[in-house]
Amino acid sequence: MSDETTEDRGPVTTLATPIRLDFDFTPGIAQSKFLRGLERGKFMGQRCPTCGKVYVPSRGSCPTDGVPTTEDVELANVGTVTTYCVVNVPFAGQSIEIPYICAQVLLDGANLSFMGLIQEIPTDQIRMGMRVEAVWVEPDELTPSLASVRYFRPNGEPDADYETYKEYL
Amino acid sequence: MSAADATGRTPRPVSIASFAQSQNVRRDDEHNEVEMLMPVIAEVFGNIGITKDDVDFICSGSSDYLIGGPFSFVMALDAVGVWPPRSESHVEMDGAWALYEAWVLLQEGEIDAALVYSFGRSSLGDLNEILTLQLDPYYVAPLWPDTVSLAALQARALIDSGKATEADFAAIAARSRKDALANPKAQVANDLPVERLLEDDYVVSPLRRHALPPITDGAAAIVLAAGDKARQWADKPVWITGFDHRMETHSLGARDLTSSPSTKKAADVAGLADGPIDVAEIHAPYAHQEIIIKAALGLDDKVAINPSGGPLAANPIMSAGLIRIGEAAARISSGQAKRAVAHATSGPCLQQNLVCVLEGE
Repeated sequence: MSDETTEDRGPVTTLATPIRLDFDFTPGIAQSKFLRGLERGKFMGQRCPTCGKVYVPSRGSCPTDGVPTTEDVELANVGTVTTYCVVNVPFAGQSIEIPYICAQVLLDGANLSFMGLIQEIPTDQIRMGMRVEAVWVEPDELTPSLASVRYFRPNGEPDADYETYKEYL
Repeated sequence: MSAADATGRTPRPVSIASFAQSQNVRRDDEHNEVEMLMPVIAEVFGNIGITKDDVDFICSGSSDYLIGGPFSFVMALDAVGVWPPRSESHVEMDGAWALYEAWVLLQEGEIDAALVYSFGRSSLGDLNEILTLQLDPYYVAPLWPDTVSLAALQARALIDSGKATEADFAAIAARSRKDALANPKAQVANDLPVERLLEDDYVVSPLRRHALPPITDGAAAIVLAAGDKARQWADKPVWITGFDHRMETHSLGARDLTSSPSTKKAADVAGLADGPIDVAEIHAPYAHQEIIIKAALGLDDKVAINPSGGPLAANPIMSAGLIRIGEAAARISSGQAKRAVAHATSGPCLQQNLVCVLEGE
């Protein structure tokens, strides 16, 4: 035991107060349809009865018109890269080998893009307008989760015309 | 009609043009927040035949801690539809405070109508633990005092001060839940004698089961209107004639938990004592808290308290205060009351309090 007093140690600058909370998640009716679709290897969206736009995933309403989206729409397995980035930075919990491509994919028939991993292409060849298709996990591995989509890969079609996706950047 | 405030100004008349609330339930595991809000928003507009394009401002009250999801208040806007871009705000408070912000904006006179809504899903996490996180993060929260235990400390102090007994708590619970039988939106409604309630087990002494609010999922919305719109949307508008909110120190040990000076101050500023009150909707989640707020508001026994059943019948966190204002306004609209007061609270042991005085024509 030293002669040091608490005063000698100076002001307290750090205080650890661990907090952990657990929550249930309620996806709701619309998002459940999207998640159940993933479980079947399909992208399911919903159409706004007012403006006709198709949202995937839908949260049950049209964010523009504020009305319920009631019509279910099955979307294509193919889409267009509207924008992308190449990840070169390692970070804690990273599960994919760097560098890799993270892209916004606009599925054919949808009016909302969502984020997807692009693989089976060198990172310096990714570009806006590239046509891609979803690669799913094996049928017995499908779950109600985006983990059912392993990644997207180029499907060989010519690039989409900029005019077809410029609204979704 | 309107009380002048401390600066001598008379507030701009603002009306509660429409009110709607969801069914209050123990757990809604079917709908997400947007799906929960959409029917409420549709009803609050539909009541007076307007659309989202008729309101100039949107303000909401909610807390991401309740569902454990960041920016849930932004995503909830999908229930309204904010295109073209709208002027919008949010408070991490009960919707009653969102209503206050909208009212302040209406005072400036640049807009004439606002939508206020709130939503809370208390069932998705451990509410007792979640509410602990609103406490002083250095000296109190690390001890994890749960919200029921804090309320029990307050109830104990009230009994020890000689201001109330356990039978008083039971009488408030019995009256509230009996009144709730007439409220189709209520979650807990029954007709049980006080003697039977006093046989309940203690949850945290001296609070027995009946003195606690239910855990509730629910949402609510109000449309505020001023100027010509207030007249267009109601034959007999219900006016806000006084509105104020105050808070007390964060330190529970520095407060007299058996009184509510913040409520009294807010009531004074809102001009509550300027006329008789017929109905009071009091946001006292725990039965004993009604005694404290009733005293702070200076209400006599002729005032009907919580004819809706109050928060002991349904306590959707973040909405229960806004619902008090809507319920009080509904009593005036229906002709049951001429002048009413609504109270909302937030924080542990009635730390923050809001008082809204309403009058018919």
